Amino acid sequence: MTEHQTMSANAGPGLADYNFAYLDEQTKRMIRRAILKAIAVPGYQVPFGSREMPVPYGWGTGGIQITASLIGPNDTFKCIDQGADDTTNAVSIRHFFAKVGGVATTEHTGDATIIQSRHRIPEKPLVEGQIMVFQVPQPEPLRNLEARETETRAMHAYEEYGLQYVRLYENISTFGRIAATAGYPVMVDDRYVMSPSPIPKFDNPKLHNSPALHLFGAGREKRIYAVPPFTKVESLGFEDYPFEVQTWDEVCGLCGAKHTYMDEVVLDDDNNRMFVCSDSDYCADRRAQGHRGPHAGHELTEIAEDVSKNQEVMA
Amino acid sequence: MSAIALEERPLNLAPDAPILRAQNVTKRYGFITGCEDVSFELFPGEVLGIVGESGSGKSTLLNCISGRLSPTAGNVEFATKKHGLTDLFDLSEADRRRVQREELGFVHQNPRDGLRMRVSAGANVAEPLMNLGNRHYGSMREDTITWLDRVELDLARIDDNPRNFSGGMQQRIQIARNLVHSPRLVFMDEPTGGLDVSVQARLLDLLRHLVRRSQLAVIVVTHDLAVARLLADRLMVMKDGHVVETGLTDQVLDDPQHAYTQLLVSAVLQI
Repeated sequence: MTEHQTMSANAGPGLADYNFAYLDEQTKRMIRRAILKAIAVPGYQVPFGSREMPVPYGWGTGGIQITASLIGPNDTFKCIDQGADDTTNAVSIRHFFAKVGGVATTEHTGDATIIQSRHRIPEKPLVEGQIMVFQVPQPEPLRNLEARETETRAMHAYEEYGLQYVRLYENISTFGRIAATAGYPVMVDDRYVMSPSPIPKFDNPKLHNSPALHLFGAGREKRIYAVPPFTKVESLGFEDYPFEVQTWDEVCGLCGAKHTYMDEVVLDDDNNRMFVCSDSDYCADRRAQGHRGPHAGHELTEIAEDVSKNQEVMA
Repeated sequence: MSAIALEERPLNLAPDAPILRAQNVTKRYGFITGCEDVSFELFPGEVLGIVGESGSGKSTLLNCISGRLSPTAGNVEFATKKHGLTDLFDLSEADRRRVQREELGFVHQNPRDGLRMRVSAGANVAEPLMNLGNRHYGSMREDTITWLDRVELDLARIDDNPRNFSGGMQQRIQIARNLVHSPRLVFMDEPTGGLDVSVQARLLDLLRHLVRRSQLAVIVVTHDLAVARLLADRLMVMKDGHVVETGLTDQVLDDPQHAYTQLLVSAVLQI
């Protein structure tokens, strides 16, 4: 970080070379135009001129560009990776925007106006006015089966979505059920089949009629698409094998939650393991409210809490 | 979409109305002529063979009349369910793709061109049904099994990847894939090319059987006169992009009129 950059990031308006939140104004205009078009045509992949970002492709360049073009001084920014606020990538991106935009950051879903995420939609229901920004590795849901971009574009244009079901068919014939768990394709507004990025299918229903705006950015593939608030989002399925979300027999080891998306954590070499909420903020919230799971007080719990405290200090 | 439905499928066509009509179809690649001035009519349930040596324009013609390649001049009319006899290239791209998907089939010479090599045989056969909007796994599975059985494939291997099948088996999967959705016209480009003779014989037997049973119209391109003799009702002989002789198969092969056809027939090796 050079002196000049530090200055411009923290300076108020009025400096001629001042650019809020990293991107130059022309780039932000271009990205905002793409976002507007994406919102106007829900689920449609809008091409945009993706810029080089100070992180490699695959680390969230698409999401960072969307966030950078939307964020303002009054926004509060939250960033999660695998549902957790304290993972490396989430911390780095949160610091990045704190530095280049001087914006407030938070780990609390309820306080955030912009939430950038790779794998999860927070457990706490989103409200009107919030924006979810997803980092998308592969925006094209048909890509595994059809390598030609010209062909997949035609398929979207003419609503030829039979091919999408081939993937599900393969799943059933191999596993006896639709075993696909992440990036499960959805039909948006009865028109476009869309990949909801690698969120678990557990989170797919949260997209349906969500009061929040959901934006998806793929930096390497140079595509932006959107699910506007209160849009119909339907996960694909067969008549005899309908869409289902994952369930767990276990409860969260720390907070005792039953209906959240869980991560499995191996505890030792004796095959002891616990399941914990993947959404760290939601879990912490519940613990603060006095909920306790069967592993509450486990030494790993304390480590997790220490780490999260340290992160707050750093932020 | 079961076997019975296929056999009793109403054609909704006057018996004397052509299902496909090509008029003066010409395709040029720059200065090179692919095919020139080809006209013919094809009727429901009829099998037309197109024979000729390599480079005579057979495949170009097949691509043009199947709507995959826009001809330089002339037109190709197909009796679509929705619009009746319509020029394939006057349809919007969306409509043309729909017709190709729902009413036509195309068996490639190389099964790798016609199959998705990364999904199982069963899914390959079921895909046309999904393209038609079938969303019931169980019923599609049944149809798939019916058709794999019909093309004499080992049902235990239904979920194997096509690349693990032999060439002849791949070709049979491709044929099942192109017949499962009850098309009304199927194009075949050298369906038995590259197969050894015993596999070829079984495949031909199977094809003849399926074609006769389903009253399907077929255009088969081949350089193998024996294949033409077995499958085709009528023959078109091509040379240098032109049709030099047409007629009933037996007539053309037993009493060839054009010098080139005579050469072609006499060049067949006898055992």
